[in-house]
Amino acid sequence: MISPSQVVELVLAEAARQSRADETMVLVTDRSTASLRWARNSMTTNGESVSRDITVISIVRDGDTARIGSVKSSEADPATIAALVSASQAAAQSAPEARDSAPALVAGACSPDWDEPSPLTGVGVFAGVAPRLVDGFHGADALYGFARHELDTTYLATSGGIRRRFTQPTGSVEINAKRGGASAWSGISTADFVDVPIDSMLADLSVRLGWADRTVDLPAGRYETLMPPSTVADMMIYLGWTMDGRGAQEGRTALSKPGGTRVGEKLTDLGLTLYSDPVAPGLDCLPFVAASSSSERVSVFDNGLDIGRTEWIRDGVINTLAYPRSAAAEFDVPVAVPADNLLMTGGTADLTDMIASTERGLLLTTLWYIREVDPAVLLLTGLTRDGVYLIEGGEVTAAVNNFRFNESPLDLLRRATEAGVSEQTLPREWGDWATRAQMPSLRIPDFHMSSVSQAQ
Amino acid sequence: MSAALAAGASYADLRIHRITTELIQLRDGELETSVVTREIGLAVRVIVDGAWGFASHAELDPAVAAATARRAVGVAAALAPLNAERIELAPEPVYADVSWVSDYRIDPFEVTAADKIAVLGEYTGRLLAADGVNHVSAGLNAVKEQVFYADSFGSSMTQQRVRVMPTLEAVTVDTDAGTFETMRSLAPPTARGWEAVADDSVWDWTTELAQLPSLLAEKVKAPSVTAGPTDLVIDPSNLWLTIHESIGHATEYDRAIGYEAAYAGTSFATPDKLGTMQYGSPVMNVTADRTVDYGLATIGFDDEGVRAQSWDLVRDGVFVGYQLDRVFAPKLGVARSNGCSYADSPHHVPIQRMANVSLQPGAEDLSTEDLIARVADGIYIVGDKSWSIDMQRYNFQFTGQRFFRIRDGKLDGQLRDVAYQATTTEFWGSMEAVGGASTWRLGGAFNCGKAQPGQVAAVSHGCPSALFRGVNVLNTRSESGRS
Repeated sequence: MISPSQVVELVLAEAARQSRADETMVLVTDRSTASLRWARNSMTTNGESVSRDITVISIVRDGDTARIGSVKSSEADPATIAALVSASQAAAQSAPEARDSAPALVAGACSPDWDEPSPLTGVGVFAGVAPRLVDGFHGADALYGFARHELDTTYLATSGGIRRRFTQPTGSVEINAKRGGASAWSGISTADFVDVPIDSMLADLSVRLGWADRTVDLPAGRYETLMPPSTVADMMIYLGWTMDGRGAQEGRTALSKPGGTRVGEKLTDLGLTLYSDPVAPGLDCLPFVAASSSSERVSVFDNGLDIGRTEWIRDGVINTLAYPRSAAAEFDVPVAVPADNLLMTGGTADLTDMIASTERGLLLTTLWYIREVDPAVLLLTGLTRDGVYLIEGGEVTAAVNNFRFNESPLDLLRRATEAGVSEQTLPREWGDWATRAQMPSLRIPDFHMSSVSQAQ
Repeated sequence: MSAALAAGASYADLRIHRITTELIQLRDGELETSVVTREIGLAVRVIVDGAWGFASHAELDPAVAAATARRAVGVAAALAPLNAERIELAPEPVYADVSWVSDYRIDPFEVTAADKIAVLGEYTGRLLAADGVNHVSAGLNAVKEQVFYADSFGSSMTQQRVRVMPTLEAVTVDTDAGTFETMRSLAPPTARGWEAVADDSVWDWTTELAQLPSLLAEKVKAPSVTAGPTDLVIDPSNLWLTIHESIGHATEYDRAIGYEAAYAGTSFATPDKLGTMQYGSPVMNVTADRTVDYGLATIGFDDEGVRAQSWDLVRDGVFVGYQLDRVFAPKLGVARSNGCSYADSPHHVPIQRMANVSLQPGAEDLSTEDLIARVADGIYIVGDKSWSIDMQRYNFQFTGQRFFRIRDGKLDGQLRDVAYQATTTEFWGSMEAVGGASTWRLGGAFNCGKAQPGQVAAVSHGCPSALFRGVNVLNTRSESGRS
């Protein structure tokens, strides 16, 4: 394949030649992936892939309004570029006015690595992981799981001179262990697969399966519950996805209230801050907007815009909602663009200490199949999975059946009585899309387990 | 394939996969999203020493294809020593140089985006013009999928299919109270062309759009449901999703024996129960097929070159069948795959995916009104909304778009805040009656997820209206802690 910077220049030259748009944006994403999958102590489907997406966005302006055409292709043959540009410009010519039009951004400095080749990964990245897994395959427990590594290198260019590039590494390892009727899970996110603690993950799984030597059946009801970071992440990620400003302003989300939005509403006295930040240590992510299509949260007109730290909840108070430039101007609020990570800080307790200070309660492992039941209050349903444990007298004493829950992340924050120290975690439910998270544990005095699930 | 075999593969297949997708989204008639995505690439899958290897590349070039094949062999060779179970493929007749094209009238990609936007905008305008409708979102997802497949047994085939998914949702907002309510159209996704969206020839848009605002207004004023065991008549527009989650996924053999245990989960329907387990009442007959007209999972041949088939999963209420691919058929001990292999991208390995899984109508052609007439006090549920089921397919919870109270065998206005929650076999065991063929409809989804790396598949589910006794109904306001 020709280099991404060559693709960019070919597209821009072709766009100028065809000359049916006032501005052109080009997004090239080179993706290299490797994955291992295993079940019943044996590898199953494993592979590598190399792909490239080219998005051409044409903009036709008429005063303050604009029309856009966006066409995305994974065809790597340079001979297809002329047709791609033509399709994009034709779409822009015939499109109605875009609701999110905004002035073109001024170009800054070119990324210094602009002309460097895109990095590749392969199954070799698992060299430190696979042997340790095989040791586990020879153990007493049945192991299932998945390891993946992805390198996405994004190149953004505009006819106005913007040239920005970023390589996003994404990786994760998930291990599910089963012993008899018990099931446990351990997962981590990792950008580079250096020092992945397979041995300690397997040891932790063995401890959890040991907790299931004693089992207790509990009915549905409200229980004091310790939510570890993975479970908090899954609930807060959903909250993050609903924090678009336009929906709240128009009265059609849980962040709406009579006459406006819930910005300024205090959710908790725990001093929790929920934020996204592209330079968060260990959770680095794309520091500029690079969208191939617009939504309520992002706008293609903002492509190239810096993404900074945004505090969605600050010290327990709803602080801001997501606004692309056009929506920010319409509602007269600051621009706020979410980065591809989510963090919550403010707690200090260690989870071990939170267990020790629990007289009787439940300790969760992960949540699963989370779906929205009532958008008006952000009521979500889902299941506990791979380990619900009974805490009695400050110690884990047994494993408990799984439950279906009905809870709102907003209400969880309103009712939480203790927050743990924030730590990097892998969200079980949303980890495919939202891998970068750092969350505290939370103590919920009355978590609503709606019914019992027979699933093990 | 010659490169793969020369490098040491005992088996190889090649898939050249092109997927063209168009996504259009309008908010209150204004264009929010319009993007066309064209994905193409080549995928090579090999077996070396009984282990799978897979590699793909975006560049369609003979030298790149050969290098990709050698990479796939390299992956398999590197991981074969870690393999405890040798891959064996079920035999299938060879189909050389065959083709298959789905049945549609208007290729959605032969219609300009501007024309599609105009239709969605006009539909939006009809809703916005109605009293009480404050916001409307309109969307279209259109897909054309083209696949060339060849394997080292000698099969080769070229296939093409299209599908469309139109959605319109109206929102009413009470700014004083700070509340809102929504209602979505019932038009299902379908393996048809633009004709399913453009006019009333496939779906009666005129009637649906005319009725939706008044139904939404009635829903806003409706009383909140009383929770507890309730008789339900469930419309096909809602029941298809319950079938998908509690039967479709539960009868995937790869899940049942643990291959999805760490992610999508397993199944209560384990092989030891095949042929004996009472899945539901005697009126429950469920088939799987990849042949039904306009089914989203309908195809000529699957992604392992197996010809499309139709078979029973549940017969007279008894669990009798699984969905299989060429790897899992031998593990179950059956001679032939029933053709459920599919990959959603040139960069993903084919896995066992769902056929069109459908509940069959009753021999007597009972209408939905006939079923409602049997209920003294219950709810008629229409349209799908929220869904969730546990990782072994026992415990589920669903909501819907419209809930009509049934009193003395007749509809009596709407209810709100309804969800139903049940365990799979108890739910299907409570099915007293199914409607006749005249009530049977295809529903479906574009976004069925499975596997790691995650893959999505489109699948349809047909069903008649059906009557269930004593299903646990929840009040979602109470579930959220509100009075």
